Amino acid sequence: MVRAVHYLNQFFAGLGGEEAAETPPTRLEGPVGPGRGLAAELEGIEITATLACGDDYFAEHEEAALARLLDLLQAEGAELLVCGPAFGSGRYGYACARLAATAPIAALTAMHEENPGVGAAGAALVVPTAVNVAGMRDALPRMARLAEAVAAGRELGHPEDEGYLPRGFRRNRHAEETGAERAVDLLLSKLAGETRTEVAAGFDRVPPPEPVPDLSEAVLALVTEAGCVPQGNPDRLPTIRAPGWLRYPLPDEAGLESGRYESVHGGFDVTLANEDPNRLMPLDVARTLEREGRIGGIHDAFYTTTGNGTPVAASTRFGQEIAAELRDAGVQAVLLSGT
Amino acid sequence: MLAKEIERAGIPTVFVTSLPTIARMIGANRIVRGPAITHPFGLEAAERRRIVERALEMLETHVEPTTVWEAAP
Repeated sequence: MVRAVHYLNQFFAGLGGEEAAETPPTRLEGPVGPGRGLAAELEGIEITATLACGDDYFAEHEEAALARLLDLLQAEGAELLVCGPAFGSGRYGYACARLAATAPIAALTAMHEENPGVGAAGAALVVPTAVNVAGMRDALPRMARLAEAVAAGRELGHPEDEGYLPRGFRRNRHAEETGAERAVDLLLSKLAGETRTEVAAGFDRVPPPEPVPDLSEAVLALVTEAGCVPQGNPDRLPTIRAPGWLRYPLPDEAGLESGRYESVHGGFDVTLANEDPNRLMPLDVARTLEREGRIGGIHDAFYTTTGNGTPVAASTRFGQEIAAELRDAGVQAVLLSGT
Repeated sequence: MLAKEIERAGIPTVFVTSLPTIARMIGANRIVRGPAITHPFGLEAAERRRIVERALEMLETHVEPTTVWEAAP
């Protein structure tokens, strides 16, 4: 028998409603509330104890609540932690996710996919549920199946097949069919109305900053990932998988003159760009607009890299480093060109 | 990712690219579609000016996340 601990909030643990939301972490013997239903579904796993905490207490004293819950968990000698299901409840979902993410043992939780807790679950498994408690009967068996798989130490398959939310991890595998065959299969299923992908994107979102109040008063910087460099590529910017970015002073002339600048981007034919490098980074037009007063000024250096096969982590770092320089230089707007 | 990280630092950034689908997928917010991969700002100065003006306009505009504007209205 694998020893498991179940986590619930004050309500599902039967300690009370909102009036009990300040309840500090507490231990209850065996399965409680939904834990009984879960226990009935579990094979080879025994819920030895239930840990419960008030939603408000957790939200207001997260560090203390987590530390106490982890102590209680450790004292239990459990191999598996199951939290929730929290459905659409934000505070409860967050507490479940934080505890599951922090626990030093295998952990899973369950909640609605739009519960803010999903983003806090880290590497912990999250079983998607309905938005409210009406989904309990459906959620418990699915949590139990995943718990059994985890307890057995089985390597999990695709989130869709195993019934958990994608965590943004990618795993290499050998496919039976060639890429061409799989691409045609995906295209055919898309034509049939089903959109699938082998490479799901899991990028975070940044809220758009406020617009520039008055560009005629602002300094604009030119940044490019099109591999623009001085002719001859003096600093050897790679054509693919650039390990960094470069800064070059912007010349006084009216534009990027052919023969003085070139692109070393290895991902497209640079013939047209090298005939007129302004086609990639429009210094000529920017200068004109500066002269006409449309732009207050142009930052006195441009920033460049080759956006070709660059890992996400690397390009994120480039962006952060360039942003820090631009901020220090008082730049208020950026014109970024890519291909 | 460059556009996103510079905007995360609070500097409005417009990304001119001929691949707006990818720009949206990674989460760039201000995107202007350029005419071609090999020349995102067009071939001639007049076309380039229209694209840059469109991009500047976007820098002065409140936008929803991952907004794409066509270069030629």
